[in-house]
This record gives sequence, structure tokens and C-alpha cells, in this order.
Amino acid sequence: MSALAHMGGGGAPATAMPPKEPSGRSWLPYLLLLPGVLWLLVFFIYPLAQLFAVSLYSDYPDYPGYYYQDVNWHNYVRALTDFLPHFGRSMLYAGLATFFAFVLAYPLAYAMAFKAGKWRGIMMILVIAPFFTSFILRTIAWRQILADEGPVAWVLEHLHLLSFMPNGRITETWVAVVAGLTYNFLPFMVLPIYASLERADPRVIEAGGDLYANGFTTFRTVTLPMSMPGVIAGTLLTFIPAAGDYVNAELLGSDTGTKMVGNVIESQFFKVLGGYPIAAALSFSLMALILAMVFLYVRRYGTEELL
Amino acid sequence: MSTQTVGTAYRPSLGKRVQGWLAGRFAMIVAVLVLLYLFLPVFYTFIFSFNDYRKSNIEWRGFTLKHWANPCGAAGACDSLVTSLEIGLLSTLVATMLGTLVAFALVRHRFRGRGASNILVFVPMATPEIVLGASLLTIFVNGFTQLNGWFGTDLKLGFWTITIAHIMFCISFVVVSVKARLQSLDPRLEEAAQDLYAGPAETFWKITFPLVLPGIVGAALLAFSLSFDDFIITSFVSGNETTFPKFVYVSYLRGIPAQANVIGFSMFVIALALVIIGQIVGNARKK
Amino acid sequence: MARNGRSVSGFREAKGDLRLENVTKAFADFTAVDDLSLVVPRGSFFALLGPSGCGKTTTLRMVAGLDQPTAGRILVGETDLTGSRPYERPVNTVFQSYALFPHLTIRDNVAFGPKRRGEANAASLAEDALALVQMTHLGGRKPAQLSGGQQQRVAVARALVNRPEVLLLDEPLGALDLKLRRQMQVELKRIQTEVGLTFIHVTHDQEEAMTMADTVAVMNRGRIEQMGPPVQMYDLPKTAFVANFVGQSNLGQGHITGRDADFLIADVQGSTVRIPARRSSVESGAVTFGVRPEKVSVKRTRPEGTGNDVRGTVLDVSFIGVATQYLVRLPSGTVWSAYEQNLDLEPMDLRPGDEVWLTWNPGHAFGVGPDPDAVQAAEAAKVGAGE
Ligand SMILES: Nc1ncnc2c1ncn2[C@@H]1O[C@H](COP(=O)(O)OP(=O)(O)OP(=O)(O)O)[C@@H](O)[C@H]1O
Ligand SMILES: [Mg+2]
Repeated sequence: MSALAHMGGGGAPATAMPPKEPSGRSWLPYLLLLPGVLWLLVFFIYPLAQLFAVSLYSDYPDYPGYYYQDVNWHNYVRALTDFLPHFGRSMLYAGLATFFAFVLAYPLAYAMAFKAGKWRGIMMILVIAPFFTSFILRTIAWRQILADEGPVAWVLEHLHLLSFMPNGRITETWVAVVAGLTYNFLPFMVLPIYASLERADPRVIEAGGDLYANGFTTFRTVTLPMSMPGVIAGTLLTFIPAAGDYVNAELLGSDTGTKMVGNVIESQFFKVLGGYPIAAALSFSLMALILAMVFLYVRRYGTEELL
Repeated sequence: MSTQTVGTAYRPSLGKRVQGWLAGRFAMIVAVLVLLYLFLPVFYTFIFSFNDYRKSNIEWRGFTLKHWANPCGAAGACDSLVTSLEIGLLSTLVATMLGTLVAFALVRHRFRGRGASNILVFVPMATPEIVLGASLLTIFVNGFTQLNGWFGTDLKLGFWTITIAHIMFCISFVVVSVKARLQSLDPRLEEAAQDLYAGPAETFWKITFPLVLPGIVGAALLAFSLSFDDFIITSFVSGNETTFPKFVYVSYLRGIPAQANVIGFSMFVIALALVIIGQIVGNARKK
Repeated sequence: MARNGRSVSGFREAKGDLRLENVTKAFADFTAVDDLSLVVPRGSFFALLGPSGCGKTTTLRMVAGLDQPTAGRILVGETDLTGSRPYERPVNTVFQSYALFPHLTIRDNVAFGPKRRGEANAASLAEDALALVQMTHLGGRKPAQLSGGQQQRVAVARALVNRPEVLLLDEPLGALDLKLRRQMQVELKRIQTEVGLTFIHVTHDQEEAMTMADTVAVMNRGRIEQMGPPVQMYDLPKTAFVANFVGQSNLGQGHITGRDADFLIADVQGSTVRIPARRSSVESGAVTFGVRPEKVSVKRTRPEGTGNDVRGTVLDVSFIGVATQYLVRLPSGTVWSAYEQNLDLEPMDLRPGDEVWLTWNPGHAFGVGPDPDAVQAAEAAKVGAGE
């Protein structure tokens, strides 16, 4: 169950370089790689290439839904102009969700690593267990919980806070979408942070506590840097799926003002006649955007461990 | 963020130990609240599995056990669950084997193309599911159209395309977790085994494999939970096949039957029970 | 080996002295072991001393087969082991970091080697080995449930149980408390003599090396500076580094000015001293003069004598039970130390700042090649300890 927890935790320092191959066995690594890499080439790289080709198709003006092979960059221009707000929302919502997930996840991971004692294992299981009630089911549950006549709205109403929400409600607003995204990807933030904290030596933190009397200074200069690989892995594992998600916006958002790129791709694919090349162009733009951000981020915080 | 800030900020006059005590409680309290937050919709699902509703299971209409008495009562609910379990097990098995081999190659061997292989494994994790789904749909549809045209076959989207897709996105997660385990393995242990007359094969099976096994098991559990809970990719490549998440999503428009709540909550309890039993057995064996 | 069981495939059935011939180990741009040659007679106890990073572990790893030398040969008896795999060698190692298998019980850890060799009575061999290190009662535990010292003893048992031709011990007793360490030393020495194994023992504890070993070698920067029986190593160091590393020495830079029968005459920073000619590594020119602190006496007045004395100012006096240690600054600035056994009925009652004379029997002096670094290091050690 702790698999995800290894993510981004990296390894022992002794991972510099594997030893040189004994002569005559240089084929061994390729043999080990072959099935897995082949699978990824056939079912990941090749489909991406195909999708890219599709993203440049043109459609016959008189026969909607029929395309011919082409190199039509206009699809990208359309994808990025017509649906710019959706890109903006995807990044914004995913960014907010990542931030809130971090805020919630850190104390939980910290408590699991240092305070939970024998409860550690149980807490770990509790973090993962909700996965098994389908996430669709849980998101629909959120829809009811956040509904206008639901408990959260009722509490906010009585605290006179509801009017601060967009349109005076929670459901079908961006607040609900961000809340859903935060909720759904929270375990992906908790586990890597927990793993890196668990690997950290509590004695180092105690030593930090001796050096700096101030608790916050200890946290900022000792605890946080030690958990940095986990924080990076966690933010990536939260941000990436959140940015491509459409289920939360579909189930918790409104019909107009809160749609994300994922919703557009989905509807261009399945619901809009002739939307196929645009959907492909949107997919590619989203992927390029996310990959660019990920590589910048990883380079900025210098963790090769994830790769 | 720091749990200790609170102690410092509100009770500066108290001694360090009291501060530490407070800080400890604070972290645990927040942790329990966050856990409750994680469980809120699960509780909700649980409670509404007892709802005696008429048309849609949204408003509370009274208590009944009839959905629990007849969990397969809703058309397709149990079939979709079985499909999900089958796909989950199959893709876990294949992805764990392929991913483990790749992890061993990447950690234990130096060869040309190691960097490229690392990137190839990483990029699927950085690709949004919707892009994976869309691209797989493209090759499946195009490929099947061609093959069916050539050979007169009747290939279509369904069980096997879902399984293929799930294996694909699980491999990367398996590689990453097995890799982490392998990297934290002390190379001295294998040296010690060799020093104690174990040849390469014995060293692998007596030392390396048992020590990496927890990582492999963890990776398999992760792969299963990812596959079992996947909706986005599945929705692209499933054709007429229905997995449990897809069943829930599709019936959402008509009103979800409470049987979905029963099944969802049961899976949660079963998973919880299995893992707890596994931990107890593991602890017992350790002693 | 493989007395009762099948033999491991490729296993080299070698017996005899361990010989390293011109062994060199280079890592990328760094030579960890540099053209090392030595012979360890079969059944002897060989101690390897040296500062951290000097190449001790690397040497052991090459003997074990865990690293292959860049150049040179390693032999046991007439069998050339160079290039063979670790599991083919009649050599076992007690690792510096223990390297116990975390998933096996203590008992299974110890039985691992005998089982691999197909010993029929692996279990009882393991029990015997555990009894030897007084760990029988914890045989069912996992390594993580043991203290550092207990783990170390298990590591020793796990290697010893195989009764290898050569046993390599990389600081095997470092984590033990003094009492347990003495016990283990006695046990190890007893086993070694009884079974007649060749032991290569790396340690940072000089006393351990001196008391246990037949031969002590001092390593520095990948080379062996000097090796020989412990008494000889202490009495007559051949380099300033050894003089300093094995015990303490009072050293002084000087040059040889002449010869008087069996003695060399040297000028050391203004004082004229005598060195027995056969106790000097150099015959003329620059020399580092040395004398051990316990050979030096402290006097309030200049003793009757001829030149084997220097004048100085007391810097520090510390009473250490069996003796009193004096730190004395010479006019040249050099600090020497002297141990006086507290034999006098009336103590001298010296205070820092008092003027004294240091004197010694010239037969105890020795001369080694000039090495300003070593002299400085010697001084730093003394001043550090004294202040
Ligand atoms: N794999 C390696 N690559 C590069 N340099 C190495 C390697 N292994 C050891 N060294 C270097 O070789 C030198 C000798 O190392 P070795 O481990 O033999 O020291 P040692 O004498 O055992 O020290 P200690 O007493 O601290 O254990 C050190 O400077 C070390 O940094
Ligand atoms: Mg060493």
C-alpha cells in the first residue's frame, strides 16, 4: 500500500551509477526493458504521434465530420483562441487545488511521520482507502453535500458567509470545482510528502530544534527542505491530473462559467460533429503546456529522483 | 504550516516541553480533521445506501435495508463491478511484471539509452489522462477499421482495449515505486551474500528479491487501485463495455441506484479489511 | 572449506599465506591503494592501522573479491585469486557497516554461509558461532531489533562460522563498550590461534592492534609506511608518520652534523642531541629527531650530562593516575610532552611557567626522514590534548 509513498522520496545516497556491465552480458538490460518499453512505445508514443497527425487534419467544408490528412496549423490557432479561457481555468483551478491540497496534506503527512506512533499504518491505510469507493461516487456525494439545500450551504448561511460565495451559492461555482479537485487528488499529495518525511531522521529535526529555538525556523530551515522531494512529487501528482480533469467541472461546476480544457476536449471528441481535429489540437496544447511547466519546475527544484 | 508556530505564537511564556506537547496535539488534530474530510463523502455514500427513495437518491426519504439485501438489483451494477475487478487484476499482473523488469534494468544496469528510457517512463505520468485516452482511442479506432477491412474481423473497443490502456498507465507508477525500493537497497547486502558463497542467482533470490518484494507488492496494490478507480481513460476506450466507475457516471444522469452506494461502500470496507489483515499478518511474521 | 558439503561451483580450494603483489586500485582519478605488496603468513594475526580514508577498506575489498585491483595479483598459497568472484574465495568479511540481512533472523543470518556451501549441519554450526559471541538468546530476532554492538557481534559470527582460510575484519569491534570489546578481543584471538585462521584486522584502536596482532602495518595514502611486530613498531618507527600514528612522539626538525662512534650528532633547533646510528633512518643531512614521552624525564635543574637535554617552560601539568604528563615549550616554540611515573615520595610540584630541563637516555632516541607535516601534527595532537 505504501507504493505511492515511495514516489519522489528518492533512494539512498548510494545510487550514483550502476556498476559497469560484466562483459558479454550487455544484452541483459535490453531484455529486461523490452516488454515494458515496447508496451509504452506502442500504446503511448505511437498513439501520441497519431493524435498529433490528427491535430493537423482539415475537414471537408461540405461534409462535417469528414477529414483529410493535412498540415493545418489553424487547428491550434483555433484551439488556443476559442478556448483560451478554458486553458486559463484549468491552470488556475489546478493551481489552487494543488495549493489547498498542500496545505491540508502537510500537517497530515507530518503527523503520520512524527506523531502517529503505532497509528501510522492505520492512518496510511485510511488515506488510501477512499480510492476504493469510486471517485465518481464520491464526487457525486460532494455534489449533494455542497448543494443549495445541503449541509455546507446551511452552515454558511447561518454564519452569514454564503453571500461571499460566487452567486451566493457553492454548487455550480468555481469554488465547488476547486474543492472537488482538492479533495480528489489529496492522497497523491499526502503520500509522497509522508514518504520523504518518514525517511528523514527525526533526530536531525530535534538537532534543528536545538539550534534554532524558534519552531517555525526549525520547520523552514530543516523540516521543509528535507521533505522537498516529496513536496515536488506531490505537487506534480496533484497538479497534472487536476489540470486535465473534466469530471469535477462536469459534476460540480456550472454549465457555462467553470468548464475546463478537459470538458472541451471531451465534448469536441464525443459531442461536436467535426470537432475531432480541434480536440486533438487541444489535447496536444494541454500536454505541451503541462510538460513545459513540469520540466521547468523539476529543473528549478533540481530533483532527478522523479525521472 | 508548522505545527510549532501555534505553540510559539499563542503561548510564548510556556516552557518548551508544554510547547512541544501542544505542537504534537495540534498536528494530530489537524490530521484527524483532514482524514474526516477525506471520509465525508464515503460516510455520505454509506448513509444514502439506506435511503428509501422514489426516483432519485438525493433527498432523504427514510431508512431501508432493501438495497443491501439486493446489491445486484440495479441492472448492470454487479456486471460492471466484475468487469472492473477483472480488468484491475489483469492489468495489475501485467503492469507489475513489466514495470518491475524495467525498474531492475534502470537501477541495476548501465547501458546506452538509459536516460531516454527514464524519460519514456516518466512522461506518461506527466500526461493528463484525457490526452492518453484521446490518443489511444485514435489508434484503436483507426487500427480496428483497417484490420476489420483487411481481415473481415469484428474488432471493437471493449474489455481488451480498456485493459491495454490500464496496463500502459500503470507501468510508469510500478516502475517508480519499485525503483525507489531498489535504490534504497544497501548494495553491501548483496556483497555480503556473495562473500558468503552465494552465486549471482542465489544472491538474487535469497537477498535481492525478498528485500524488493514489499516494493513490488506495494506497486501492485497501487496499480490495482489506479485501474479500479479509473474513469477518464476508460470512458474513451471502453466502447460498450461498462466498468463500475463508468456505470456510476452513466447512471448519474438518470439517477444513481442506491446499489451503487452499497457496492462502493462495500469495496471500501473490503479493501480496508484486506489491508489491515495483511498488515497484521505481516507484523506477526516479523516477530 | 566445504568440509561436509558440496563445494560451491568455481570455489578455489586454496591454503597458505596470503600474498598481495604490487596491488594497485585506482578510482577514476584517485589512487586509493598504491602498489601494495605484502605477505601475511598463514595463521597469523595481521593488524592494519591507518588514518581514515587511507585505503584499508579498499584493500580488504580486493582480498574479498568485491573489488578487482587495477593492477597486481592476490594469492592464497600458490592459488591466484585475482579475478575470481567473492563466492569463489576462501575468504570472509566482517563488514564495517555489518551488512546483516534485515529480512532474516539472526540465526538465519549466521547460517547463511554454511547453507550456501551445502553444509549438512549448518544449523548447529550457526548455534556454535552464536554461542561464541554470546548471542544465542537473541537468535530469533531480526537485525533491526538489536543494538549496534549486538549487530556487530552477529556480523563477526556470520563470517567466523565459515572458518575461512582468511578472515577480514573491518573495524569489527568499533561499536562495543570497553569491557565487551576486551572480551571479544580475547575470544577472537583464541579462535584465531585455535583454528589457525589468518586474520586481517582493520582497527583504529592502537592498543587493540598492539595486543592482538603478530604483525602490525601502518597504512598512509594507499601505501604501507611500515610493518613489523608491535614492539618493534613502537620502539623504532621508520617514518615520522608512524612515530606519530603509533603512540605519541616528541619530534624535532634538525640536521646531522657529525658522528661519534655509534652515535650520530644532530643539531635540533639549537640543541645538540645524539641518535644511535642504527636507530636512524638517515645518515646525513636533514633529520627528524624523536623520543617517546615516557622516555623523557623532567628536572628542575640541569642534570649532569652531555647534550641529551633541552631547556623549556612548563605549559601544562596533568595528573593522569599512573603518571603525570607535562607539556613543555622549548625555546624554539616546539611543544614536547613527558610522562613521569609518580614514583617520588615528594612530588615535584611544578606549575605552568616554571623553568625545567628535559632529559633522556640517548639510547632511546631515534631519527627518521624529515617530515615537517608530521612534526606539526604531533604537536597539534599534544597541545589539543593538553589544553
Ligand atoms: N568507489 C569509490 N570511488 C571513488 N573513490 C573511492 C571509492 N571507494 C573508496 N574511495 C576512496 O578511496 C579512499 C580509501 O577508502 P577506504 O574506504 O579504503 O578508506 P579506509 O581506510 O577504510 O577509511 P576508514 O578508516 O574511514 O574506513 C578514500 O579516499 C575514498 O574516498
Ligand atoms: Mg574503512
